[in-house]
Parts: sequence; C-alpha cells; structure tokens
Amino acid sequence: MFKWLEKNLPKIVMAPAVGLIGWFVYGFVLWTLYISFTNSKILPKYELWGFGQYEKLWASRKWLIAVDNLLIFTALFLIFCVVIGIILAIFLDQKIRAEGLLRTIYLYPMALSFIVTGTAWKWILNPTLGIQKMFRDWGFENFTFDWLVDREMAIYTIVIAGVWQSAGFVMALFLAGLRSVEDEIVKAAKIDGASLFTVYWKILLPMMRPVFFTSFVILVHISIKSYDLIVALTQGGPGISTTMPALYMTQTAFHKSQVGLSAASAMMMFMAVAAVIIPYLYSELRRENAR
Amino acid sequence: MQDSLKSSSYQQLEQKSKYTNIFLRWFLYFILILFASYFIFPLYVMVVTSLKTMEEIRQGTLLSWPSGLNLESWAVAWGGRGYGAGDTFLRPYFWNSIKMVVPAVFFSTFIGAMTGYVLTKWRFKGDQWVFLFLLFGCFIPFQAILLPMARTLGVLGISNSVIGLVLVHTVYGIPFTTLFFRNYYISVPTELVKAARIDGAGFFKIFFKILLPISAPIIVVTVIWQFTQIWNDFLFGSTFSFGEAAPIQVALNNMVLSSTSVKEYNVDMASAIIAGIPTLIVYVLAGKYFIRGLTSGAVKG
Repeated sequence: MFKWLEKNLPKIVMAPAVGLIGWFVYGFVLWTLYISFTNSKILPKYELWGFGQYEKLWASRKWLIAVDNLLIFTALFLIFCVVIGIILAIFLDQKIRAEGLLRTIYLYPMALSFIVTGTAWKWILNPTLGIQKMFRDWGFENFTFDWLVDREMAIYTIVIAGVWQSAGFVMALFLAGLRSVEDEIVKAAKIDGASLFTVYWKILLPMMRPVFFTSFVILVHISIKSYDLIVALTQGGPGISTTMPALYMTQTAFHKSQVGLSAASAMMMFMAVAAVIIPYLYSELRRENAR
Repeated sequence: MQDSLKSSSYQQLEQKSKYTNIFLRWFLYFILILFASYFIFPLYVMVVTSLKTMEEIRQGTLLSWPSGLNLESWAVAWGGRGYGAGDTFLRPYFWNSIKMVVPAVFFSTFIGAMTGYVLTKWRFKGDQWVFLFLLFGCFIPFQAILLPMARTLGVLGISNSVIGLVLVHTVYGIPFTTLFFRNYYISVPTELVKAARIDGAGFFKIFFKILLPISAPIIVVTVIWQFTQIWNDFLFGSTFSFGEAAPIQVALNNMVLSSTSVKEYNVDMASAIIAGIPTLIVYVLAGKYFIRGLTSGAVKG
C-alpha cells in the first residue's frame, strides 16, 4: 500500500489539475454541446432536438449582425495592431533614448481591464463633452465625431479602443523577436551594401514569420472572445448595431433565457477558436519536439 | 522567445549624409512621441477629469487642466455620499475583489507549480498529451462553459458568492500556471533531480529543497499574471455574481451605467482609476515580470 502510494505519488499530485480541467473544461464543453442539440429554454431539457437551435441561430438577424461585426472588428483590429506594433518595435530598436519609458507607456493598457479603459473611451468619445466638444471649443465649429452614437460607425469606436489596448502587446512580441536575431546577419547585409530599409523589409521581417503567426493567433483569439469592451463602451448599441457573438451568447442565455440557442452560439464560438488554435498548438508542439 | 531586450546595432549604418540622418532621427522621435501621446491620452483624460468639478467639465475641454486638487469625486467614488439607499460606491467591492484574488492566485499558482513539476521531472509515458490536454484550457472561449458553470455553482450553493468566484478563477487559471511552471522547470537540469533521487530524496523533498529555492522568478511571473487576469475579469464576475458579492469591475460597470441621476463623469473617472490602480501599480513596479508572463503566456498560450 505504502509502496504503491510512493510509486504513484507524482500522478496523485497531478490528479487535481487533470481532474478539474477534465471536468470543468472538457466535461462542460460537452454538456454545452449536448444542450445545443436540445430545445432548452429557461431550464435545460435533455431530449434531443437535432440541429434546430443552429438553424434558428443562423436565421437570427441579431446573430448575423454579431458575426458581421466580428469579421469587421477582427480584420481591422488585426491590421492596425500588427502595423502599429511593428512600426513601434522597429523604431524602438534604433537605440532610442528613454526606450524603457516608451515601452512602459505603450504597454500599460494591457495591465488595465477593458471595463476601466472602456469607461475612459466612452467618456472621450461621447459627443456632448468629449473630443467633439474639444474641437468645437477650439474653433472647429462644424467638427463632428459622434461615431459612438451612430449605428453605422459605432463598431469602429470599439476598434479604436481595442487597438489602443492591444497594439503595445504586438510591439513587445516583435521587439523580443527582433532582438533575438543574431547581429552578424544584419552586419553581413550591411557590408553587402543593404540599406536599413532593405535590412528590415527583406531580411528581418521575413525572419519574424513565427511572431506574425503568434500575433495573428492571439489577436484573433482576443477578438472572438471580446465581450467586456463592448459592454463598457456600447452595450451592443445603438440598437443592436455593435453586438458581437460573446455578447449575443450571454444576452441570449441570461436575459432571454434561451439556453439551447445560447449554447448553440457558444459552440459556434468554440469552433471558431478551435479552428485557429488547434493548428497553432500542433505547429508549436512540433517545433518543440524538433528542438 | 525571450524578452532579452539587449539593443541591436543596426544604427551603425554608414554615414551617408549627416543631415538625412539627423532628419531621420527627429522623425523617429516624432513618431514615437506621437504614439506615446495616443497611449497616454486616455489616462491623462481620466486623471484630470476625476479632479474637476462638474461645472469645470461642462466649461472646459477634455484636455484642460483642473483648477485645483479637487479630490471630492475620489471620496465619493470610494466611500459614497452617505445617504443610504441607492448610494453605490466602490469600497466594499474593492474588498470583495481582494478576498477573491488572494486565495484564487494562491491555489492556482500552487497547483500549477506541482503539476509543472510532475510534468517535467517525473516524466511518464504520454506526459506530452497530458500537457496538451491542460494547455487547451488556456484557449477555450469561456462562453462554452458559462451555462454548466452557473448550474454547478447553484448546485454547490455558492452562486453569487466570493467563494464561487474563487473556485472559478482557480480552475480556469490552472492551464496558465501549469504552462508557466512547466516551461520554467523544463530548463532545470534533470541530473540534479536524478542525483537527489539516488541519494534517497523523495518527491516532496526534491521539490522543496531543489526546485522551490530557484523558482522565485517564475512564481513572481505567475502571481502577477494571475493577479492581473483575475482582478480585471469581468465575464465571470458579471455572470456569477451580482449585488453585494460582485467584484470591483462589475461594480464599476454598474456605477457607470446607472442612469438614476445626473451623470457625474468626474466620479466615473475616479472610480475607473480606483478599479485600475492595483494592476497599474503592479505593472509599474514589476513590468519586467508582467511582460515575461505576457510573452510566454501568449507565445505558448
């Protein structure tokens, strides 16, 4: 008995983690999957109902708006975060004075919650007292910046705040990537007469392919999950114009009590994340094994 | 990927033309400072707005300097006005968050350290798969577990309580903490452990005598990461708690959204700063470790 205990001690110590994750992650996802195939309303029902909830989901105008917004947001969020992140990383890599201070400034939004920063952006973007008023007080009487309350434009305010929060993070990833490149490679290129621009464009950036890949995966992941920022900034409004899948899911579950439908939307999100993450984990693991 | 931030020497470009270089240099600083102002802008606006009176807010602009160090809105945000019903303020929720964060960070870090230790120093067949099994937990969209979690907390009788949130944050922190410790311990030479085993040291002795003493950096990284994540969480807090048991982010959101009286932007901003200050302080004091958690937690998870 004691011998058995001693021999299996490592596995016993590991058991809580495996058990908790097995139950609370895998078990729960399976439960949600099952419920998405039932006609559950306020309380879960367990007789199967087929793909009805998914049909309902994709016929719902609100869900389609949510998916549309997600695509717009993800595309812009990705492009701006990566472009700003790369520019900042390359510029900071030029033996800049006060580099540490600048880095701290670029990255501090990552330490704050989306609720805190969303509150600040909501205040800045509100037309009556925010940026619009500032410009009008400065003499630009016709200056208008009311995206926050404009159905068509409100989604872009979420992009502005989202990029602000996450661009510094991409900067940190690229800076670390650039600094891990051997100096010799760059020196050799310069001896061959390459300009600084060519060095970055033709040599260093192509070497950053794994960093691009990582940033892509993380940013897409952040945008699929984005919830807090929308709650703080627009609550999905004006109307339902800035709804996103994560918000749709919680509203359907906890305000409309459509448990089956919200489970279906959760599973759609799960599949979207899995489609991005599984290839990523696979390639990471392969890279590690190759080492 | 390391955040080894040694400067590279691309700058020693041949001096083509001195003037172009000086111009480029100025341009470089101009762009960097421009972006710095974009990043600093909301924080600046938050601070100055929180120090203004509502009268000043209506008359001045976003950027205008406050007339004095007016801390009243801070006092209101923290302690309320003292008229009882309908008077919401952050103090009790701040303590809720502390009571939630401390145990959740402790348990998830401890479990992560132990699991990481087993996965690297007591390897067994299929340990890679166990790691992958846990790692996937870093990525799942929490919407996929929200419904069963709500029911489970109800069955356990801990819905809408700080204890319930401690459980939730501990569980969903484990994949990250395991990842951190596993990646750290994998670089510790296994020979050390083997030698200790030959000398007759047991499982726990090896952990406490050999690994724990060299674990300080990764413990700091993990604690900071978990602290920031849990303090800033809104999804779990808003789904599994309301009213008196809510953590600070939920209370902040409720305060800002409440439309009962005239909107007091100065109090809103003071509240937002109070809710953000703990993580901001940690970031300023231990930014190096924060970034390390961010890049390793992100690059691998």
